[in-house]
Amino acid sequence: MKLYLKIWRQKDAQSKGKMVDYTLDGVEGDMSFLEMLDILNEELVSKGEEPVEFDHDCREGICGTCSLQINGEPHGPDRLITTCQLHMRKFNDGDTIVIEPFRAKAFPVIKDLIVDRSSFDRIQQAGGFISVNTSGNTIDANAIPISKHAADEAMDAAACIGCGACVAACKNASAMLFTSAKVSQFALLPQGRVEAADRVQNMVRQMDLEGFGNCTNTGACEVECPKGISLTNIARMNREYLSASIKG
Amino acid sequence: MAVLDSKIPSGPLADKWTKHKNDINLVNPANKRNIDIIVVGTGLAGGAAAATLAELGYNVKTFCYQDSPRRAHSIAAQGGINASKNYQGDGDSDYRLFYDTIKGGDYRSREANVYRLAEVSGNIIDQCVAQGVPFAREYGGLLDNRSFGGVLVSRTFYAKGQTGQQLLLGAYSAMNRQINRGKIQAFNRHEMLDIVLVDGKARGIIARDLVSGEIQRHAAHAVVLATGGYGNVFFLSTNAMGSNVTAAWKAHKRGAFFANPCFTQIHPTCIPVSGEHQSKLTLMSESLRNDGRIWVPKRKEDAVAIREGKLKPTQLSEEERDYYLERRYPAFGNLVPRDVASRAAKERCDAGFGVNKTGEAVFLDFAAAIHRYGKEKAMTSGIKNPDESTIIKLGEEVIEAKYGNLFQMYEKIVDENPYKTPMMIYPAVHYTMGGLWVDYNLQTTIPGCYCAGEANFSDHGANRLGASALMQGLADGYFVLPYTIGDYLADDIRTGPISTEAEEFEAVEKEVREKLEKLMSGSGIHSVDHYHKKLGKIMWNKCGMARNAKDLEEAIKEIAELRKDFWENVKIPGTMDSKNQELEKAARVADFLELGELFAKDALLRNESCGGHFREEYQTKEGEALRDDENFKFVSAWEYMGEPKDAKLHKEDLVYENIELKTRSYK
Repeated sequence: MKLYLKIWRQKDAQSKGKMVDYTLDGVEGDMSFLEMLDILNEELVSKGEEPVEFDHDCREGICGTCSLQINGEPHGPDRLITTCQLHMRKFNDGDTIVIEPFRAKAFPVIKDLIVDRSSFDRIQQAGGFISVNTSGNTIDANAIPISKHAADEAMDAAACIGCGACVAACKNASAMLFTSAKVSQFALLPQGRVEAADRVQNMVRQMDLEGFGNCTNTGACEVECPKGISLTNIARMNREYLSASIKG
Repeated sequence: MAVLDSKIPSGPLADKWTKHKNDINLVNPANKRNIDIIVVGTGLAGGAAAATLAELGYNVKTFCYQDSPRRAHSIAAQGGINASKNYQGDGDSDYRLFYDTIKGGDYRSREANVYRLAEVSGNIIDQCVAQGVPFAREYGGLLDNRSFGGVLVSRTFYAKGQTGQQLLLGAYSAMNRQINRGKIQAFNRHEMLDIVLVDGKARGIIARDLVSGEIQRHAAHAVVLATGGYGNVFFLSTNAMGSNVTAAWKAHKRGAFFANPCFTQIHPTCIPVSGEHQSKLTLMSESLRNDGRIWVPKRKEDAVAIREGKLKPTQLSEEERDYYLERRYPAFGNLVPRDVASRAAKERCDAGFGVNKTGEAVFLDFAAAIHRYGKEKAMTSGIKNPDESTIIKLGEEVIEAKYGNLFQMYEKIVDENPYKTPMMIYPAVHYTMGGLWVDYNLQTTIPGCYCAGEANFSDHGANRLGASALMQGLADGYFVLPYTIGDYLADDIRTGPISTEAEEFEAVEKEVREKLEKLMSGSGIHSVDHYHKKLGKIMWNKCGMARNAKDLEEAIKEIAELRKDFWENVKIPGTMDSKNQELEKAARVADFLELGELFAKDALLRNESCGGHFREEYQTKEGEALRDDENFKFVSAWEYMGEPKDAKLHKEDLVYENIELKTRSYK
């Protein structure tokens, strides 16, 4: 198929960016979206032009490196997948595809389609851990039984890959789904309860400092999340935060 | 450095590690504050080591090319992590895990290292649970286990199909706690381009800030390389696009011996190649072989009809199918080790029984498992005399709960529903057992340069068992290296800070700059990928699942020619002092082009078949691997001498005091 691509090009963080048009022929349905971009880049390099830079690594939907706003949607039109798992069979011959970076104040553009998501790391550094040493001198793994239900629910929250689609989907660029997923994972497990109150307050404080917007419960984040992280986590974080604030 | 000293402690096998920990030097907490350590790579081994070293009190700097430590490729490991907890009461023990690993590795790994790995494996699970890793549990609240290939017990712990992700996020959270305390400085989007030796000791690295392009010097008292494997030398592999050998290779060129480079794991269950555009391959977890049955049609006509789309696999009756693993290996069936399963798939496809367009695929079928689970579920749900469709519906639900994310991944890539029609799979490059040679302390032949995880060679011999990579990465990072590195650093408590002004830093930085400038100056015509794909084809065709002397000799020549062409003709747009992904790739491919040659040389030297290394000249009448313990019971450790083909061989003889060497049989 033949595609008309409109791609955001930006030299670096300081420069102004713009949309640039490209036409690409010979695209096959079995190609992934990123392989389609590989072919475009191969063409650009052979013409001596700078290729379009985009973040990607594992190309199997787990590392969370790839991003891209495709026709206005984070990770494109398909559901429950990342951009690297999106295949060209979802598009038709003659389609125009608009490709932009994730847009958020807390995700400044580095180059072309690459954004800086280190704000997510700093939220995790503020409290996204259980304060145990890694010495292995702890109790036996089976010493505390944990209900299968709680373990499964914690796992569902822990499945977050930190890609930032929730932020890119949100009209307020809120990071509530991301932050609440980590808060939930630990709040649901007995090991994490010990410092749950401090954790939620520290992580929320950092989230606000990074310049993410507020949550107005539109639910766009949940729809676009490639891992299906549930809005329930936001409700749980709000509860955790409120009770931590009251206890002071 | 003429003689390799593995520094294996004396005494009985089971006491070696404890004795060693008691014997080695420690650094007191006040002195640790004055010692800096660089950790390159933030996967399970690097992330775990960085967190633990910082916890102990050292000042740690971490480096990763990804935008966050959480994205290291350990994250993609699906199936699980082994530990000899014996929670299932099925006869597991440290010894059995040790024995399975040595046997699985086809008797080409070190007894003492492997026993230590088994010994600390249980601790890993305790540690990870304390960290909040949400392992799968049974209804009673205790941890669940599954089985993996090459063993007869259930010792694999898992978190859905995302075990690597959860363990890595555990290590990442431990790192975050130390970053928050200021004990770890994380340099993300930075790539190590060389190692710096001062007075023969590793004292720092040269790194490039991948955003600004700035070349930086970083000094430390010791350098830990935990930079993963080199599977991407094949271009197509299950590794991440950025996974590379540069750090290990640069250390090799400065004196670290490279061990067993030809020991590569080709994983049997990956999604087959779909076309020339393919950029990487996707693994389907080995855990699927717990429930999936592998087969091809018995009759060649049926295989042809399936390839041409005239026949559906579900139309073939049981009698018309060849469950070749169950046929050839009745004791282990579909759960034979990876090397055995891969070769068996290749054998059937080469004989003309392949089932996809290219003839390079076999079926992985869940129909029987869906039926079995459906019946059981109907029983426990109180449904008497369930009809066929109820059984299948219930069975599919059980399979979805177990492997849902893998089935979804398959469907998105292949556009077929694996609940209704068997999956198609084919072997793909997955893991490299070879790596930098290390002694019992995980120190390379460069003093002060340590190597952990997949990047070293030490524990898996010629073939790694499933769910053992996560175990080794975390064992090295959490429990081995933080102890052993203290023994070396105890001599450094009076050294004081290492200066980056030393002339050695100056010289190495200059070399790095000149290399990059040379790459950028290529007047060329071809992209980096053009060369990488060509290298991959040579490797896959001549150093892949089956090798022979003639092909390997050709590969050595072809790779050298390709390397020359690359340096003359590669084309890299953009500049050196800005974000430049083509330049990043070029620097990595330049090193693969050297490693590939050494790989082939190593495979040519090893006139035997063992584990993942299969030489066509050395096989039994039944087509099984023919090992030669008399002549090849050694680790080949290569010393760099200027060109990869001139590398000098050093042998570390493998001594088996506790295990009797046997022909590996899974029949």
